[in-house]
Amino acid sequence: MTEITKRRSDTKMVEYPSRSIVPERDIDKCPVLECRHLGIEFGGLKAVDDFNLTIGPTEIAGLIGPNGAGKTTVFNLLTKVYQPTHGMVMVDGKDTAGMNTIQASKLGLARTFQNIRLFSQMSVEDNVRIGLHNQIAYNTASGILRLPGFWKGEKKQHEKALELLSIFNMQDMANVKAGSLPYGAQRRLEILRALATSPKLLLLDEPAAGMNPKETEELMDTIIKIRNDFQIAIMLIEHDMNLVMGICEGICVLNFGKVIAKGTAEEIQNNPEVIEAYLGKQKEEA
Amino acid sequence: MSAFMSNLLSGVSLGSVYAIIALGYTMVYGIAKMLNFAHGDVIMIGAYICFTMMFNLNMPAFLGVLIAMAVCTLLGVTIERLAYKPLRQATSLSVLITAIGMSYFLQNLAQLIWGANPKSFKSVIPNGSISLMNGSLKISYTTIVTIVASVLIMVALTMFVNHTKMGKAMRCVSEDRGAAQLMGVNVDLTITITFAIGSALAAIAAVLMCSAYPTLKPTTGSMPGIKAFTAAVFGGIGSIPGAMLGGILLGVIEIFGKAYISSELGDALVFTVLILVLLVKPTGLLGKKVHEKV
Amino acid sequence: MNKTALISTLKKFSKQYLPCIIVTVFFIICQIMISANAMPRTTKSMLIPVCVYIVMAVSLNLTVGISGELSLGHAGFMSIGAFTGVVMATYSREVFGFSQPLQLIFALVIGGIMAGIMGFLIGIPVLRLRGDYLAIVTLAFGEIIRNILNCIYISLEGKDLHFGFNNNTLPGTQIMRGPTGVTGVKTISTFTAGFLLVLFTLIVVINLVHSRSGRAIMAIRDNRIAAESVGLNVTGYKLLAFVSSAVLAGMGGALFGLNYAVTSPSNFSFNASILILVYVVLGGIGNITGSVIAAAILYILPEELRSFNDYRMLAYAVVLIAVMLITNNAKIKNFINNLLKKNDEKGGETV
Repeated sequence: MTEITKRRSDTKMVEYPSRSIVPERDIDKCPVLECRHLGIEFGGLKAVDDFNLTIGPTEIAGLIGPNGAGKTTVFNLLTKVYQPTHGMVMVDGKDTAGMNTIQASKLGLARTFQNIRLFSQMSVEDNVRIGLHNQIAYNTASGILRLPGFWKGEKKQHEKALELLSIFNMQDMANVKAGSLPYGAQRRLEILRALATSPKLLLLDEPAAGMNPKETEELMDTIIKIRNDFQIAIMLIEHDMNLVMGICEGICVLNFGKVIAKGTAEEIQNNPEVIEAYLGKQKEEA
Repeated sequence: MSAFMSNLLSGVSLGSVYAIIALGYTMVYGIAKMLNFAHGDVIMIGAYICFTMMFNLNMPAFLGVLIAMAVCTLLGVTIERLAYKPLRQATSLSVLITAIGMSYFLQNLAQLIWGANPKSFKSVIPNGSISLMNGSLKISYTTIVTIVASVLIMVALTMFVNHTKMGKAMRCVSEDRGAAQLMGVNVDLTITITFAIGSALAAIAAVLMCSAYPTLKPTTGSMPGIKAFTAAVFGGIGSIPGAMLGGILLGVIEIFGKAYISSELGDALVFTVLILVLLVKPTGLLGKKVHEKV
Repeated sequence: MNKTALISTLKKFSKQYLPCIIVTVFFIICQIMISANAMPRTTKSMLIPVCVYIVMAVSLNLTVGISGELSLGHAGFMSIGAFTGVVMATYSREVFGFSQPLQLIFALVIGGIMAGIMGFLIGIPVLRLRGDYLAIVTLAFGEIIRNILNCIYISLEGKDLHFGFNNNTLPGTQIMRGPTGVTGVKTISTFTAGFLLVLFTLIVVINLVHSRSGRAIMAIRDNRIAAESVGLNVTGYKLLAFVSSAVLAGMGGALFGLNYAVTSPSNFSFNASILILVYVVLGGIGNITGSVIAAAILYILPEELRSFNDYRMLAYAVVLIAVMLITNNAKIKNFINNLLKKNDEKGGETV
């Protein structure tokens, strides 16, 4: 942990009423995500237990923890792949109880997956266009009958898709089949697809997995750029500590389904419980 | 009351035949992960072989049945080796179409050999019946033999799968073919044995079925095949007790539907019940639920 | 500059609508042959069924290839279209006094709508299931439809249609009589109508596939969980594909029913569904052009082989298995790919 690329603008984190922290600039705004006592049991096993978290509308937050700590389960709870057995999730001030994945998406949650889930038989551009599905819409009839709505919608979708692809400099690959892209490009495409849904909170599940250090560096810059350009919150699960400590403002550490620490990168790095559970071993190795 | 009992018995008897066929379907599906649509036609071939042995060559019934079993086993293994084995890596649809091709092939082959005219099969089981309840309920020997045979087969098969080395290999292959191979299980052999067992059972089912319903045509196997497949899905495909339960329930529903509702709609009723069951329990009565990991 | 743009647009257009172009060319050739009396009668009698089966194959490909759901009951929708079509043609002739083309259009539209309604009713429960379970339930529905049609009696008395269930004593002229089906049907289907229906089916399917909704359907096929995560209405789009497929199959069925004097429910058994599925698989799953070609060839081939009589279906079965084994053999696949590549390179040099 010697060299950490500094990209944070040393955000000052302040207390939020529900025992959580958000960036100071977001304190007056409605938090984009608020979890209260969130939990889920699988046949008696508490995979996630009493999970409390608040994320500001422009925050880059990190969710870290050892393997099997329940990080992806938290994402699945937020996006309603699983229905929580305890607690509540508020997105942009709205309770998501009883919602399904599709409604959660419409509310402004978008995610990527740990094991990449692209529409592999479709082109890169079409993958992004699927993300734009609910943003630039026209009905099925005008699609079949090729009415003006179809041409207008297709043109808009095409332009917007290329604009999004340019974020990662992928315009030239627009017609390539998504399944034949190299691994790193597939991860980037997944981020773009999620971004295309105009989310308020973007959930990235190990975005740097399988990337080399140079690609990871670029990814860090892009994540910050996305946050700045789109003014959205980003929450990411990542094992690459350079990335987490480099760009995340608030970090939450999970172990055995429970939050063991919350705070800024410095606080997390100096938290004895975290060091014991997780980071300490890495330091010894280094 | 006695009419109800006799319907129930013929339902259980028909269901037992379905169950034996369904066992073949369910084992092959569980282990090779394919719908062997030619299974029904293996039954038909078995029936023809037994017919030829008994009525053209005047062999005793038990010898006819044994030869039919041997031929079916050989046929099942040959089909697997020639048509299905090269397709292990292919999509399930390709395998399905190949199985359908095999089904056409067997039907037309039978038509070439034995002709399209229906043959009348004489029961291998002596005619006669046991009278119960002062003669108001008659149970034919065929019914008794069918039910006993199916119970014996299920018990034997369950023992085999749960308590032998080959049975263990089968369970391994059905759960994770790749891992089984890595652990040194001979996957090809396991699949071949599964086909052999399924086909031998098909021959038994053929003889029992034709003893109860004596018309033998090249298409004799199709409808029982489809219904047995339905039974396997009904009970939870891949599960041996499920196939048994599904088969018997299906037979009972079919006979009761024909007797009490409408003789034309017996089949429709069977399929309606199947759909209702799948809607409530999408993996069948005894099937295991598989979660997709996100 | 403008010219190249035009050429690329044309190229894209012709690539998208390739099946339409092929079908039109064949239609013109057939018409020329018919007018020159150069077509044998047996071949001529196959033209309408070929159109029907192309419609069936393309519509099934929408479910199996584009939407990725294995359906084994497609003939069920065809039968609903067929019997509705025959009844509607008779009704519109007797009651409205429609001319033949109008009768045909009326029959096709109502036949399609009825099949679509059935597709909707079946689709709601069926599409909750996945994989092989979905396949077996569609098979079950196909059989249920056939069983019920076996019990349906319809007669026309003046301006009233009478429906009976297992009741063959309906007043008036009988149109449909349970297991006997429809007899003495006025065969008003024409080759031109068949061609237009094929063209209609192709355009609907191709336009759907290359639109927002079509992309959604394919996305759900490729990865249901990811599709849900970006907010696609999974059930809705699956239902859209299933119902569209049923409507087109119903229209094909109506054309089929009005091409023969006699049609009975047994024409639409499980085997008929399988036959259509074979066209789709051999033509290439998801490949519309392939479905068109496979349906035409595989329908004509067994008919032309009638001289071999007994060995005909045996040979058909062997061909079916052989094609599956060959197309799935890695060595042969590589060989063909290499061959194609070489040809491409050669082609590149000459241009």
